[in-house]
Amino acid sequence: MIRLRKLARAATVLTTPLAPEDILALFNPVFSARQLRGVVTKVVPETADSATIHFRPGRGWKAHKAGQWARIGVELDGVRHWRSYSLSAPAGQDPAITVSDVGAVSGVLVRNTKPGDVLFLAPPQGDFVLPEHPRPLLMLTAGSGITPVMSMIRTLVPHRPDADVVLIHSARTPQDSIFHEELSELADQFPNFRVTHWYTGERGRLDFSSAAGLGELCPDWRQRAAYACGPEGFLDDAEALWSSEAAAHKKAGPFAADPINLIIERFNTSLVGGAGHDGGLVTFEASDREIEADGNTPLLDVGEDAGILMPSGCRMGICHSCLTPLRAGHVRDLRTGEVHGEPGQLIQTCVSAAAGPVNLDI
Amino acid sequence: MTAISDRKAVKSTSISGPAAKPRPGALATSGSPLVRPPAAAHLSDEQVAELGRELDAIKDDILAKRGASDAAYIRRVIKIQRGLELSGRAALLMGRNKAAWVTGTALLSAAKILENMEIGHNILHGQWDWMRDPDIHSTTWEWDFVTPARSWQHTHNDLHHRWTNVIGKDNDVGYNLLRMDGDQPWKPHNLGNPLYNAILAPIFEWGIAIYDLELADYQEGKKSKEALQKDLKALGIKAIKQFTKDYAATPAVAMLTGSGKQALYGTLTANAVRNVWAHAVIFCGHFPEGADTFTEEMVEGETRGDWYVRQMIGSANISGSKFMHIMTGNLSHQIEHHLFPDLPSNRYAEVAPKVQEICKRYGLPYTTGPLLKQVGSSWAKVFKLALPGKTKS
Repeated sequence: MIRLRKLARAATVLTTPLAPEDILALFNPVFSARQLRGVVTKVVPETADSATIHFRPGRGWKAHKAGQWARIGVELDGVRHWRSYSLSAPAGQDPAITVSDVGAVSGVLVRNTKPGDVLFLAPPQGDFVLPEHPRPLLMLTAGSGITPVMSMIRTLVPHRPDADVVLIHSARTPQDSIFHEELSELADQFPNFRVTHWYTGERGRLDFSSAAGLGELCPDWRQRAAYACGPEGFLDDAEALWSSEAAAHKKAGPFAADPINLIIERFNTSLVGGAGHDGGLVTFEASDREIEADGNTPLLDVGEDAGILMPSGCRMGICHSCLTPLRAGHVRDLRTGEVHGEPGQLIQTCVSAAAGPVNLDI
Repeated sequence: MTAISDRKAVKSTSISGPAAKPRPGALATSGSPLVRPPAAAHLSDEQVAELGRELDAIKDDILAKRGASDAAYIRRVIKIQRGLELSGRAALLMGRNKAAWVTGTALLSAAKILENMEIGHNILHGQWDWMRDPDIHSTTWEWDFVTPARSWQHTHNDLHHRWTNVIGKDNDVGYNLLRMDGDQPWKPHNLGNPLYNAILAPIFEWGIAIYDLELADYQEGKKSKEALQKDLKALGIKAIKQFTKDYAATPAVAMLTGSGKQALYGTLTANAVRNVWAHAVIFCGHFPEGADTFTEEMVEGETRGDWYVRQMIGSANISGSKFMHIMTGNLSHQIEHHLFPDLPSNRYAEVAPKVQEICKRYGLPYTTGPLLKQVGSSWAKVFKLALPGKTKS
């Protein structure tokens, strides 16, 4: 491997300014260490609007831990879009993502992906992972929040006789419930795994307002390390219950539930963009500066006025010298009025203003 | 003429706001410059504003259509270019055989031309940034040309495209080497104009590399010593790599078949062919008869519409086949390129008739002609301006 790398470096003499892999890509498009790619090996429909996409990652991928997520890049009409998806495959196996059709990118992934397609990848990451030491576990999931937990269950339940896992999964109907069959089979096969399906279509929203509701479904929930993944409201409810229990039982004794025992995975942590000309707080992350900006001042000026070394050029949107990576939030193109923004996107700061809070990687 | 200029001057001072920045994020959509160029002097402020809106609409139309087919286009061109490069170099490795030498040199010349013009120039303009592909992006691309991409982007994208043909601002007018406009004062050394240009053509990439160092700015104290040293270092590293690839590594491998010398001649020829071609195309962009130059007064208070006008009447196109357009990197659509420098080059041909129609309707010149005529015209200027005096008709 080392010799191969030396050989590649030597070959660069002949291929500069390109790398040898750029020439080899003529023969195999996945041959790139600079851009991590994966080839789709299998696509399995799960429900009417979700599917699991299995892929074989190229060089540069690192094996995922159960519960982690990865950024997946897909091209839509020539434009690369990146989204984060939880990996649903068990640790130790080739990765797979389970995607629900909720937007343009996920829609294309669910409906148009076929074996042989190339996905762009970023290595897996995330702290929503199994505890280091065996403990009784409680999993609370709703909707597509089951995906990272599914990876944990698949990793743990069939392989660890000492595992003790309770899953409470909320979905609208049995038809909407991803992995429904596999979960029931696992529960039949392994007595140390119990699953409760909660259908909101029949029983209404899962009620976390009091400890009693949860106690009915899982009497020993206070003794379990809990993992929750689902929509914002679902997680807020769970968090509220755990903290109120902790407060109430603080004096009661050592066996009280503790909010530390609840580990949460949120799907959507991006900033909510304010619409129109409102502007917002601009955070220059690497420079560690925060500046309140109006909706009409180019971010370049905002940065420069604050003394930040912003790359700049023509200051009128033609030369692309000022491109700066967006970390979060939305910007408004001062030329067209279009509001746009995706984490990682390079934006022209000279013609972009803040549309709500904005984080820049500079 | 003078009367019109004065009127504008008065009007413009009354319009300009109190704390206006020298270059706002976007140019004003109404108002007027201190002086409007003679070729556009007949247009009212409102007409120029309307012209600006029409050109904005043309751009918006392309932006709305831009998509998967454009992405496929640039990837296809890159693939073809790499294929040509690989086969050209492979053939040169057997350069002792005359047919292999001719084939190899021709393929490598074509590869280098495509790489510099349709691929490198246009990617470095940010024309393909919208794809968000880090491998085809203005911030990551490096090209098969001696000058480092980042240095060139500064003098070209930022300075030349912003100050197109403004004498004293746009050094591309003659590259500090040639007298290319009657408003540039004549000095005795300008007698060598044709000679300098003839020498420049086959070594064009080195000329541009030196030009991008902005030595004149350094001498005038406008560029710091540190900045110059940084640029020199970047150029040194790039030049060594380029030199090694073409004049050492390729001939060294070819020595295995006893074709070392022939391979060296092949790469030298390919670079010279590319240089002569690039030089010819680029000189056709702003120097043929009909392309105007401007004074600094004409950009003072320039509106969005006026900026478009300056780009159009300061540039010249080359007419010809689709193949010719691709080999010029679509710089044969110089006018469209200067209007919309970051639109993908494959869209310029579609935009051109609309731009030409606008020029006609507003009574503005739209300079175009076949390659030989435009090359002849710019060379005529090189000869004429070797002598003192203005040549503007």
